[in-house]
Amino acid sequence: MEKFIKHTGSGVPLRRSNVDTDQIIPAVYLKRVTRNGFEDGLFSAWRSDPEFVLNKEEFKSGTVLVAGPEFGTGSSREHAVWALQNYGFKAVISSRFADIFRGNSLKGGLLTVILPQEAVEALWVAIESNPATAITVDLETRTVTYNDVTVAFELDDYTRWRLMEGLDDIGLTLKHTDSIDAFEAKRPSYKPKTLPIRV
Amino acid sequence: MGKTLAEKIWEDHIVRSAAGEPDLLYIDLQLIHEVTSAQAFDGLRLAGRQVRRPDLTIATEDHNTPTIDILKPIADPVSKLQIDTLRNNAKEFGIRIHSLGDADQGVVHVVGPQLGITQPGMTIVCGDSHTSTHGAFGAIAFGIGTSEVEHVLATQTLPSSRPKTMAINVEGTLKTGVTAKDIILAIIAQIGTGGGQGYIIEYRGSAIRELSMEGRMTVCNMSIEAGARAGLIAPDQKTFDYIKGKPHAPEDFAAAQSYWETLFTDADAKFDVEITLNADELEPFVTWGTNPGQGLPLNASVPNPAEIKDSEERGAAERALQYMGLEAGTPLKKIAIDTVFLGSCTNGRIEDLRAAASVLEGKKIAPKLRMLVVPGSERVRQQAMKEGLDKVFIDAGAEWRNAGCSMCLGMNPDQLAVGERSASTSNRNFEGRQGKGGRTHLVSPLVAAATAIRGTLSSPADL
Repeated sequence: MEKFIKHTGSGVPLRRSNVDTDQIIPAVYLKRVTRNGFEDGLFSAWRSDPEFVLNKEEFKSGTVLVAGPEFGTGSSREHAVWALQNYGFKAVISSRFADIFRGNSLKGGLLTVILPQEAVEALWVAIESNPATAITVDLETRTVTYNDVTVAFELDDYTRWRLMEGLDDIGLTLKHTDSIDAFEAKRPSYKPKTLPIRV
Repeated sequence: MGKTLAEKIWEDHIVRSAAGEPDLLYIDLQLIHEVTSAQAFDGLRLAGRQVRRPDLTIATEDHNTPTIDILKPIADPVSKLQIDTLRNNAKEFGIRIHSLGDADQGVVHVVGPQLGITQPGMTIVCGDSHTSTHGAFGAIAFGIGTSEVEHVLATQTLPSSRPKTMAINVEGTLKTGVTAKDIILAIIAQIGTGGGQGYIIEYRGSAIRELSMEGRMTVCNMSIEAGARAGLIAPDQKTFDYIKGKPHAPEDFAAAQSYWETLFTDADAKFDVEITLNADELEPFVTWGTNPGQGLPLNASVPNPAEIKDSEERGAAERALQYMGLEAGTPLKKIAIDTVFLGSCTNGRIEDLRAAASVLEGKKIAPKLRMLVVPGSERVRQQAMKEGLDKVFIDAGAEWRNAGCSMCLGMNPDQLAVGERSASTSNRNFEGRQGKGGRTHLVSPLVAAATAIRGTLSSPADL
């Protein structure tokens, strides 16, 4: 995974709540067996509307998506994270994220930043009045900065460290193989197994 | 102080815990399907890693499979490649797979319980958010993304932060015609799509205890629609009886059951949040909007956004009515339906088919209305045919299909057309979920069947 320390880019204001993962990428786009090429499916239904924010020239180069509350509800499809990344987003800001989406994003290096709703509203206003507003998301200081505004956000130390180092989660866990072996040695024998097959 | 059920199961699975780090949780079972696994297996190959426990892993094909002509080659080459990829990965990594045509093929959350591999006290994951279904057995079961699927394949563990606990007490007795689906839709309408965020919900109370295992699965299934990490119900004699005799029931059943009997929330345990619902007052419930929290009793009318105080909710309601093509104040029962979908991991089990068939028996569906009946698994389909339910559906004018996720998510050809309106026993009424431009009303199997007959949203009491 690529390291995430700090990103500066322009924003895209998505003034909608409950943006579910079926909106981020509909199921018909999930047939691919790769991790890339999902950008064409991103918000595909909404993108057929010329007024949709991603279709506006001034927001086309945005890399920080600023969305309404309950972003990423619904399906666990990690394709939603890939679609946002494939399109070019580096960070998503919202006042509330669905749990699974947030977990997926932080595993995959798409930084999801939780700011209070008032701060999100202020950011929307700033981006809409000047789409070129530079937004800096800084993991080192755990802050979002634009114009003369700086807002702090919370992220647990462990996840922050993992993102800043760009560490592979599986590699980290495999360092504890001894603990897994020890746990398995004590598992009760009545726990079910899928093999051998019983009918 | 005592512990909640969720805390007991969580603590029984901690492989390693360290200050400032998520717990490393052991996973007892991973369920695999075609849509969220290909990239995980690729990751393993790239890193030269193996599947640690093929014997705690099982795969089936469900999301992207056709529900007609299942033994012919899949027409869509992209879909075919996805299914073939799963089959090849299962073969390469030694994982058990139930493919199209196999008796145990079907929606992954129907297959686990019917094989008896879903048991109390387990941790169960799948790259699918409706994994919460398995919580009905008193397990911690939750959906994960593809990176986590790979993590579990490689290590049989998952680093996870401990969720908070929420109790939802449903006390009282359901009226005739009110079902598990109505309970969960009412809960989501009350706490909202983010109400459960960060929590494991334990459903409790007399109305929950009264539910069958199928009904409990329906309730736990939609925990994710309230934003919860998982939902579960303490196991009891009904749970044990359900597992007994299933292919993968424990050989030493007594030993397993004596552990299962310890799986309840202690009397002096404390939940972070407690909510109580009165089952006596519940009515058949239906959604009017584009998220599962936008629901009302069937006797109500489409709400007027202008009367909603919260500006965010008001805006969402306005957008929802526009998308759904509905006028505020219209009685829900006046809404005409084009397609009825009976199936999914929420309501595609045998009990759901029986309930719908009991309403449809000897009747015809409305002219021009299309009804799709998609059993949750091939085994459910066979059982239904043994009971003659297929005939009831076919005689009524419905289409009797093969097992899969089908129109729940509109990934295979079973989709709504633009502007088409469904009454669906599935779990999500998101914009375009069942097909681009399609409009979804979530309902119970009883309401689905009555709606199919009348052509407008209806309950059996309206017939």
